[in-house]
Amino acid sequence: MSTAVATIDTTRPAIPLSRLVKVELRKMFDTRSGFWLMMSIGIVATIATIACIIFVPNDNLEYSVFGTAIGVPFAILLPVVAILSVTGEWSQRTGLITFTLLPHRGQVILAKAIAAILVAVVSMIFSFAVGALGNVIGSALNGVDTTWDVSLADMLYIVLANILGLMVGFMLGVLIRNSAGAIVAYFVYSFVIPGIFGFLAATQDWFEKIQPWIDFNDAQTPLFDGGPSGEQWAQIGTSSLIWFIIPLTLGVMAVLKSEVK
Amino acid sequence: MFVPLPAGRLGVMITVEGLTKTYGGFKAVDNVSFECRPGAVTGFLGPNGAGKSTTMRIMAGLTPASAGEARVGGVLYQDIPNPGTQIGVLLDASAQHAGRTGREILTLSALTMGLPMSRVDDMLKLVSLTPEESKRRVRNYSLGMRQRLGIANALLGDPKILILDEPANGLDPAGIHWMRSLLREYANRGGTVLLSSHLLHEIEVIADEIIVIGNGRIVAQGTKAELLQTAGTFVKAGDMSALANALTSAGITASPSGDGGLRSEATPEQVGKAAASAGVALVELRPAEGAGLEEMFLELTSDTQREEITPEGAQS
Repeated sequence: MSTAVATIDTTRPAIPLSRLVKVELRKMFDTRSGFWLMMSIGIVATIATIACIIFVPNDNLEYSVFGTAIGVPFAILLPVVAILSVTGEWSQRTGLITFTLLPHRGQVILAKAIAAILVAVVSMIFSFAVGALGNVIGSALNGVDTTWDVSLADMLYIVLANILGLMVGFMLGVLIRNSAGAIVAYFVYSFVIPGIFGFLAATQDWFEKIQPWIDFNDAQTPLFDGGPSGEQWAQIGTSSLIWFIIPLTLGVMAVLKSEVK
Repeated sequence: MFVPLPAGRLGVMITVEGLTKTYGGFKAVDNVSFECRPGAVTGFLGPNGAGKSTTMRIMAGLTPASAGEARVGGVLYQDIPNPGTQIGVLLDASAQHAGRTGREILTLSALTMGLPMSRVDDMLKLVSLTPEESKRRVRNYSLGMRQRLGIANALLGDPKILILDEPANGLDPAGIHWMRSLLREYANRGGTVLLSSHLLHEIEVIADEIIVIGNGRIVAQGTKAELLQTAGTFVKAGDMSALANALTSAGITASPSGDGGLRSEATPEQVGKAAASAGVALVELRPAEGAGLEEMFLELTSDTQREEITPEGAQS
């Protein structure tokens, strides 16, 4: 052996974040389950549009009706996409390769978050387009005037609400790191907890007063209702601290320290 | 604090120093130190649960060490930019998303490392996975095919160093010989290889240098030639307890070897005399030389297993 033995080159360019985002986007679609999860969002949106045309009374056929019908399946399924993107690394043990190729786990998590938000934004645009198409066709078929009752600002609020929902799913994925567990936790968060909080608010005065400040679901309602006021923005902020920022911070800290097996 | 070894110190590529990993009160890896040279295949041999995988995961930055550190070329794994292009790692061939195709798994790694897609085809060819096989989902792969895919993934970035955990597991004998020639050629070109196995035979076939680990501790290390030259005597009698008593009273220490006999550091002459004076009829008496690593492996692992009562197959 000569002294020119190959050694580690620390001057090579690091892996750029943009490349990681591309890889993470690809990973969301490249399995059969991932592909059909994304497809099902599109299929459900189309079915919801058709159902609106058929079943909604003619004088109620407005763009907002389509938006709501399509928005619900998105709100339910998009967080699952985000959850699986994170938990798969543990549940399927692909993290063994992912975190070996990039030993900075924070960057992988960041890339996943960006990829999930990109998917959310693109699918929301898709849903608005399908809804618009449904609105035009529906009103033509039923011989009524096409009503555009959703402004661009409303759309942006809805996109934001969906991103917040998606990020809660993402947070649960990071925190729990198990596909089934995180999905169950997400459904508890979005279907069980609002019921409990609603009951509490109805029976306890003190809780009703603080609920908007601590209930992330409740605080987001103005986003679907023409946009929050200054105080309501503050309520989104404080409740996100409890339901998103603090648990996400704990989850990321655990991911950075935990053992990948 | 550790004083890091100078980067690229001649003849050493991987340096593991005082590595310890504790889970609760259990020491999975206990003060492990070794080095791997370029141009050689280093075999990491030990029974299941001996700490091989934990050591390798620490080396790849997946498991934080409780004490000590592992450096490659003088650098911590976390500080290597785009590490896949410098160190090829295979930690568990089964740790794959079952729903992805073999080709897709390599494509994801190639994209992450920023490699041309032609590398994917090159590596599939190298590990003899046909285009049809590469388009199947990993769920339908045999363990041997997963190992080949894992090796392809490790070699994808054309690294100078390979860290492979149980790569021969699930390969048929032909596959093991294929891997031997692959790794031999790789080492001959100046590459550094560290591979683990719980099967002595695989290590004997593939490795030049051997590190033996049992219960988290290194129990022997050296070149294959050195470790094969185990001086001493192998002895077997019809009445083994009488033989053991005879040796003890003659002041000869002996320990059970793998196949029902005793091994001693004493010469065959001393052992024979002790047995004769006690009137113990011997069935077998010969120098332990050439008895192979097997006996040493069994002896070493049974030694460490007697000192601490650890359940067989405790997982790392």
